[in-house]
Amino acid sequence: MAVVTRGFGGRRPEPEHEVPPGQFVTDDFPVLSAGPTPDVDESRWELTVRTETGEGVSWTWEQLMALPAEDVATDIHCVTHWSKLGTTWRGVSLDTLLADVETSAEFVMARSYGGYTTNVPLQDLLDGQAWVAYEFEGEPLEPVHGGPARLLVPHLYFWKSAKWLRGLDLMDDEDLGFWEQNGYHAYGDPWLEQRYA
Amino acid sequence: MSWHVATVVGARPLTRTARALTLSAPGFVGALPGQHVDLRLTAPDGYQATRAYSLADTGQDERVDLVVDEVPDGEVSPYLVRDARPGDQLEVRGPLGGYFVWHDADTGPVLLVAGGSGVVPFLAMLRARRGTGRRAPFRLVCSVRTPADAIERGEVDTPDRGVDVRWVFTRETPPGWATPPRRITTDDLVAPGFGPDDGTAVFVCGPTGFVEAAAGLLTGLGHPPDRVRTERFGGA
Repeated sequence: MAVVTRGFGGRRPEPEHEVPPGQFVTDDFPVLSAGPTPDVDESRWELTVRTETGEGVSWTWEQLMALPAEDVATDIHCVTHWSKLGTTWRGVSLDTLLADVETSAEFVMARSYGGYTTNVPLQDLLDGQAWVAYEFEGEPLEPVHGGPARLLVPHLYFWKSAKWLRGLDLMDDEDLGFWEQNGYHAYGDPWLEQRYA
Repeated sequence: MSWHVATVVGARPLTRTARALTLSAPGFVGALPGQHVDLRLTAPDGYQATRAYSLADTGQDERVDLVVDEVPDGEVSPYLVRDARPGDQLEVRGPLGGYFVWHDADTGPVLLVAGGSGVVPFLAMLRARRGTGRRAPFRLVCSVRTPADAIERGEVDTPDRGVDVRWVFTRETPPGWATPPRRITTDDLVAPGFGPDDGTAVFVCGPTGFVEAAAGLLTGLGHPPDRVRTERFGGA
């Protein structure tokens, strides 16, 4: 067991709801971004999926809105130790967006307006595990939280849920994204506490 | 990356809510200025709580220098600010984060913009700069509510060749201050030698609302977004 910190009692989380190791529950929605919040107008917003052969398919905002949407209720876990429980989102499943994309790639680099990148295995984006989310708690997603649209991959640490999403590049080999090159784990499973490289 | 057992060796109140803590952490290898650490506290029954804190110094000699500002209703910061005392043990892991970092070999101009306790990583940068020949010109803009909320103002205001400091008071100014309380403006962020065309490296740290406002002013002035590094705390 670790050393005991004299005089520290702590505040216990609700026992009925488990959070990953090293996390605490917050009602806040902290903001962690490496740079300024980009101003992304829906009228010039575009999402592009590019395969390993260079073929691309793009959606405008109107086209994204025309796709079937899903409501998602999920806990989210930030590597800086906060977890937020029972958040609700609305967006388009990656299963929908990638349905007609022909690929044998195993990895994806998510790219954001503003230059942020993060890498995720393709299989972690499929089978109801990931969305392009544009509403949070019933309201349009605020720019500071990634609006107009962000990737939502809630089973991984939240830095994988790239804000201001603009592209998904399919890759045969794993490349590392922004935080993954800056000391953080390549995969980032909160339940295994894969925080750091 | 492993946890190091750390012992509190120094504690010094800085403001009504902030306190400097120095830990002795055998095995801690030191940090780049701007990096942070995880702290883990363990209650007698084994319950643990972990939080991230910016480092106020680069932690050579296996020392970890923190400045902790108490978060109202927080779980860990009230303990660290009010209760922890020399001899108490906790654990530290790090250094962490490879982006919000100033490399002391860089000689280009550096613009640091702090809101409240967001000045903490900049203390590490200023202290590191003093150790390396003071070549890079620094400008530090600190926004605080009142003079009593200013962290390490004495150190920050001590003349340091090549460092230009500007204070902004948002609720209450020192007696005789030239301007009434106000929020940070574009004028605070403009200075010869620290513009977008000077290759300025910009760092902004503070509460989310402050960082959003300041980063917006900076990109509005033409600083390229990829030259504006930010660290936010608190919700929005």
